[in-house]
Amino acid sequence: MIVRIGAFLVGLFFAGWLLVSFIIGAVSYVSEPPAPTAEHEFHLTPKHVSYSFDGPLGHYDKQQLQRGFQVFKEVCSACHSLKFVAFRDLEALGYNEAEVKAIAKNWAIKTPSVDPATGEASSREPVPADHFPKPFANNVAAAAANNNAIPPDLSLMTKARHHGTAYVYSLLTGYQEQPAELLEQFPDSKTPGGLHYNPYFPNLNLAMAPPLTADGQVTYDEGQPEPTVDQMAQDVAAFLTWTAEPKLENRKRAGVAVLFFLIIATGLAYMSYRNIWADQKH
Amino acid sequence: MSFPWANEYTPKAPLMQWIDQRLPLPRLVYNSIGGGYPVPRNLNYFWNFGVLSGLALVIQIVTGIIMAMHYGANELVAFATVEHTMRDVNGGWLMRYAHANGASFFFIVVYIHIFRGLYFGSYKAPREMVWLLGLVIFLLMMATAFMGYVLPWGQMSYWGAKVITGLFGAIPLVGEPIQTWLLGGFAPGNAALNRFFSLHYLLPFVIAGVIILHIWALHIPGSSNPTGVDVKGPQDTVPFHPYYTAKDGFGAGIFFILFALAVYFAPNMMGHPDNYIEANPLSTPAHIVPEWYFWPFYAILRAFTVDFFFIPAKLLGVLAMFASILLLFFLPWLDTSPVRSGRYRPTFRKIWWILLADIAVLGYCGGAPAEEPFVMISQIASAYYFAHFLIILPLVSAFERPDPLPGSITEAVLAKHGEAVDTAAVAAE
Repeated sequence: MIVRIGAFLVGLFFAGWLLVSFIIGAVSYVSEPPAPTAEHEFHLTPKHVSYSFDGPLGHYDKQQLQRGFQVFKEVCSACHSLKFVAFRDLEALGYNEAEVKAIAKNWAIKTPSVDPATGEASSREPVPADHFPKPFANNVAAAAANNNAIPPDLSLMTKARHHGTAYVYSLLTGYQEQPAELLEQFPDSKTPGGLHYNPYFPNLNLAMAPPLTADGQVTYDEGQPEPTVDQMAQDVAAFLTWTAEPKLENRKRAGVAVLFFLIIATGLAYMSYRNIWADQKH
Repeated sequence: MSFPWANEYTPKAPLMQWIDQRLPLPRLVYNSIGGGYPVPRNLNYFWNFGVLSGLALVIQIVTGIIMAMHYGANELVAFATVEHTMRDVNGGWLMRYAHANGASFFFIVVYIHIFRGLYFGSYKAPREMVWLLGLVIFLLMMATAFMGYVLPWGQMSYWGAKVITGLFGAIPLVGEPIQTWLLGGFAPGNAALNRFFSLHYLLPFVIAGVIILHIWALHIPGSSNPTGVDVKGPQDTVPFHPYYTAKDGFGAGIFFILFALAVYFAPNMMGHPDNYIEANPLSTPAHIVPEWYFWPFYAILRAFTVDFFFIPAKLLGVLAMFASILLLFFLPWLDTSPVRSGRYRPTFRKIWWILLADIAVLGYCGGAPAEEPFVMISQIASAYYFAHFLIILPLVSAFERPDPLPGSITEAVLAKHGEAVDTAAVAAE
């Protein structure tokens, strides 16, 4: 009885005060409805784009990954690091050992090292075992060279955003003039100097200048699609999906085999369950 | 075993006789999960979820131990070692995805297990101790899951740790020293990461220990059943093995199929993208949210927006969040109805469904940003949550007129199959 009286009082307190809080909140919500924000009104969810690796049986298109890697190499890698990926991993894109070795050797950024004779800091040509070297020595250098915004590492970018692959594609193709109706509605929300309007970016104004500006900015090999901005954006988004999830193909392939096994095993388990219970009503 | 008709263990093989005389471990196994444990014959599929919870714990321990072999509990390398596991360790991606999704599946099966107990009155006499120990396991699980989520040292790990330990900062006078003491610093850092890793490795084994007590306490009265009517005689029961081992085997198969679908085809569905960004104390995520299984409690925490005279709203939220779980410890004494099963309690059954919907709403609001209308909705839903357990349920159990109960489990089973009970035969047995 003591328990129930105590419980009743505690319940009355919590529930009562929550209702009081609700009424206070509701009154202020009605009297001063929250003002709409430019982010809320003009932010867009990523555009849909379909890929070979969608769906339960999807797999990477190696030609596309190689094209995407080319875009990364010639455009993105000037500012963005790819620190969790090693050159050796590129063999998954269809390059052979010699090609990977050459890619590493000729990479524009060198791997930090130590001079074996003097012990002083120096640099050397990357080898396949090295991870992609970072374009800036440290965050201070990265911020100083980029209008105070540090270019994020791209290794996991497509897993670090909602609908990551579509997000990367949409962001790269989404740069535009700030709409007139935005400025009409929110005169204070003019894109500040040094930033760039992009409706796919959460706060609409992005420090990164449009990286893909002209068709043919990257020259694709013969037999490949035209390097339009849209095509390059699709390809580099596919490449970054691979860098974030290099085991995607192993995972889906293993998943199909595991499911096949489990469905048979569960079917057998069900039959043995029915068999054992055959003489029992339940 | 408390049932006089339980089978006596009689080892046939000489080796088993030899072992049983010196260490009666075979006898213990036989009496707990073997042919020597009589179980009501009418258990439905919701009774599979106890075994499935144990299975989920085993998956977590096995995958976790393997992950720990490749993990570095240091703020400088933690994130990178997890990525190393994902990329360079053979099968590492499978261990990590199984562990991350395994936590979610553990909570899914435990929540179903708990709601089954709520519906069928499994917390009532004589099984109060089973319920109380189960709640202890639930609290330990929450602590373990929270600390485990910090280990990858992503953005949500860091800021989640900061918010949750910040709750202790709401305690008057001693709050901030306690928070600093818990973290080993003023903000989450290497000290916090190391102790979380140490405890995250320890607590699952504590959970395993409490599970043994939970099952021990269960075996004193024996399992409950969907009618809530006590076992009257041997015709009401079947031996656990092979009847329920076979049924649990099938249940485990279904569990593994759903688990495999998540791990192999949607491994990041239940995670938050921000945790693939390395922890950065200088950049606060737009919305800090815990994992989905904490959302109802997070909604209760954030529902308190108004100070109660001298008590700040934040402290009220913290008290309410802890109270929302602690009140479950009093449930066996709040629900005074002599009828266990919701099947024979028409009003109770309705408020059980309302509670389920209420907690779903709380979960949705807890995962949403702390904006209107979600705060207002969670205030109403939290108010109902407390009112349900502390006011409505005691009143319902006092005034409700339950439906007539079946005379026995066998009678209920035969009625389901459209047969009358041969009372003479039952009496003769």
